[in-house]
Amino acid sequence: MDLVGALAIGFAAGVASGMIGIGGGLLFVPGLVIFLGLSQLDAEATSLLAVIVVAVVGAWRQHGYGNVRPRDALFLGVLSPVGVLGGVVLANALSERALALAFAGLQLVLAVQLARRALTR
Amino acid sequence: MSPRLVRLAVIATAAGAFSGLFGIGGGTIIVPLLILWLGYEDREATGTSLAAIAIIAALGTAVHGAYGNVHVLEGVLVGVPAIGGVVAGTALQQRAPERAIPAAFALLLVVSAAVLLF
Repeated sequence: MDLVGALAIGFAAGVASGMIGIGGGLLFVPGLVIFLGLSQLDAEATSLLAVIVVAVVGAWRQHGYGNVRPRDALFLGVLSPVGVLGGVVLANALSERALALAFAGLQLVLAVQLARRALTR
Repeated sequence: MSPRLVRLAVIATAAGAFSGLFGIGGGTIIVPLLILWLGYEDREATGTSLAAIAIIAALGTAVHGAYGNVHVLEGVLVGVPAIGGVVAGTALQQRAPERAIPAAFALLLVVSAAVLLF
């Protein structure tokens, strides 16, 4: 059952990623915590591994539709290491509950912004 | 650095920090900022964001891996079915109206936050 849940949430994360352009981490993280029993920190770290796969396949599909500007994408990747390092160090310094609360809080803030965008268009 | 490159550097740093801290790709940062700051259209922002995330997530996995936080088997279990999902989702996006995309994004965020908190 837990295995089925993990596989299902993986598929759903892929669909959301293809439609919205996220790597799917927003679903991978709760999926890894609930179905596979990982801690919040380990779920976040492991989520990134799955995100690589989804992002590569998603970018390949989107490139086929003419939706990728490769030069800007490369700049974004190459300029990211300072931020990545800071984020990982902070995640390891925070408590489990603080990390879970921050994760959920981020999702809710973004949800409100996007709902507003959808309604005012 | 040109103003455009500065904007890309700011987006990359913010996305990288969110990626490392939250285990997400950083698309939640990249997509809206490409639209707001660089005049991208929704689908172009989505595609370009995914390509950037491939690099950002690889860096994040490497650093988290150095801390011993990455579970490879569990990552494969959710990552492999996601390949089928992303092909289906990308095809669906080409038909969905532009307005439905951010609305679907908002719904997804609320549901996953609720799951994590309760």
